[in-house]
Amino acid sequence: MLLITCPHCGTRDQSEFTYGGEAHISRPANSETMTDAQWAEFVFMRNNPKGVWAERWMHASGCRKWFNAVRDTSTDRFLAVYKIGEPRPNVTAAGLATPSGEPVIGSGNDAAKVMR
Amino acid sequence: MPTYSFLSLLREGFTGHKGWTPAWRFPDPKPAYDAVIIGGGGHGLATAYYLAKLHGMRNIAVIEKGWIGGGNAGRNTTIIRSNYLEDASAAIYEHALKLWEGLGRELNYNIMMSHRGVMNLAHDEGEARVLKRRTEANRLNGIDTEWLDAKQVKEFCPPINISAGSRFPVLGATLQRRGGVNRHDAVVWGYARAADVMGVDIIQNCEVTGIKVEAGVVTGISTSRGDIRTPKVASVAAGHTSIIANMVGVRLPIQSHPLQAWVSEPVKPLIPCVVMSNAVHAYVSQSDKGELVMGAGIDPHNSYTQRGGLDTIEHSLAALIELFPMFSRLRLLRQWGGIVDTCPDASPIITKTKVKGFYINAGWGTGGWKATPGSGHAFADLVARDEPNAIAAPFSVERFSSGALVAEHGAAAVAH
Ligand SMILES: Cc1cc2nc3c(=O)[nH]c(=O)nc-3n(C[C@H](O)[C@H](O)[C@H](O)COP(=O)(O)OP(=O)(O)OC[C@H]3O[C@@H](n4cnc5c(N)ncnc54)[C@H](O)[C@@H]3O)c2cc1C
Ligand SMILES: [Zn+2]
Repeated sequence: MLLITCPHCGTRDQSEFTYGGEAHISRPANSETMTDAQWAEFVFMRNNPKGVWAERWMHASGCRKWFNAVRDTSTDRFLAVYKIGEPRPNVTAAGLATPSGEPVIGSGNDAAKVMR
Repeated sequence: MPTYSFLSLLREGFTGHKGWTPAWRFPDPKPAYDAVIIGGGGHGLATAYYLAKLHGMRNIAVIEKGWIGGGNAGRNTTIIRSNYLEDASAAIYEHALKLWEGLGRELNYNIMMSHRGVMNLAHDEGEARVLKRRTEANRLNGIDTEWLDAKQVKEFCPPINISAGSRFPVLGATLQRRGGVNRHDAVVWGYARAADVMGVDIIQNCEVTGIKVEAGVVTGISTSRGDIRTPKVASVAAGHTSIIANMVGVRLPIQSHPLQAWVSEPVKPLIPCVVMSNAVHAYVSQSDKGELVMGAGIDPHNSYTQRGGLDTIEHSLAALIELFPMFSRLRLLRQWGGIVDTCPDASPIITKTKVKGFYINAGWGTGGWKATPGSGHAFADLVARDEPNAIAAPFSVERFSSGALVAEHGAAAVAH
């Protein structure tokens, strides 16, 4: 289970939180002139990186506030948490040697690790 | 290729099992192929097999970054059924189920296919209504789903607790008798062996690191073992699909999540069928070894780490112990996770893309194992002819713009 640091309450078990998916997606201002493809991009299309990404969490069993986090999805390591409305902090992680490779920590795929 | 049979087993038994040969080759990549398949899971190998067998494309390769079947193919709980709600889903999953029925014989490989029946439980009136509706929709599509009341559920699966005072009362269940389970590794190895014999190169420990495109047309791939020229690249990379699609700038609605499963210590035959419950996020079947094979819904967060949280397992186990009180005395042996490629409408994407010669088969999420032969069959057709057939057409990525979604959350959420 992840340990998540709520920027308002502190560090708690993941079971106290609800997940909100990718962060920083804002509703387009010109919705009345958008094409179907543009709508699909806003409603359905998402980044899905193996590495650093910004996501939303809600502290459901605590303060019930939404906040954002930057996490490395290849290791599950949290790199930053910040309040709604604040800009995404400029944090980086070591990154993987190859686009779909496996990091040393956090994966069961030994074959791909050995390869590296 | 030597045929596997009772006689060959007997012969080898008498000669110390020294005559068996490897079931497939370990070739080095050639400089060029007519098509390259990325991903040596069940779907990728099935695609290669049908490309070679039905479309005569034999100068092709399957490129796998680890070992074949080391991804979700080797991590799933192998529940097979075709009782989905929508016509498009019924068509592809039923196509697969029909192929499963003859696959062991076709591949000359014992895939341990067991049509022991799959039950989906209803614990409240609303769920019972939805499941009954699905039963009728299935029957209109010629799929063998039945509705059982609580007493019939108990007859079909005696250990289940149907007492009215139960935390999760059982009001009834759907039953698909042709549904069941099989042996995941055997399916992978059987497809690999049969494809290899037809000339398909299965290249393991080789990671695809880039895709070359010139003027909107695929010309080749880069791998950890060198560059390969090819006019067709077919991505069947399950949880890693977004990374492959990103190499050519194709946008997808897929999100990758951990999905966990676990097994108990082995016990005598206990559960005669597969039992699943959407409402309590749990399911169980029993392997031939005697282990109870159990699973849950996805862990909520995006991740590629092939592991999840204990709270997800606890949640499902608490419900399973209510449904099967005798489970409380069992010990768990092991637990693992795979990375599943979930789609917003819980249906797969089988599609051409804006890049000519680049095809995607993905988005099977938590429930693609059951589709393996049907998915490979339909995808091979698309890759060979550059046009989707009637089964693949509804699953084009265009549906997210047109709005013609194939909404299967009711049939697919936890019920893999
Ligand atoms: C715990 C669990 C339980 C499940 N239970 C069921 C069930 O009961 N019933 C059911 O129908 N479905 C189930 N599923 C879903 C099912 O396993 C998947 O939908 C299906 O196996 C996916 O297709 P695949 O076999 O081709 O995937 P995989 O076996 O994951 O194949 C993809 C392959 O692509 C390779 N790859 C990725 N990137 C690259 C690259 N850059 N270069 C080369 N190779 C690459 C990977 O290493 C991998 O081997 C379950 C999944 C999990 C994780
Ligand atoms: Zn809080």
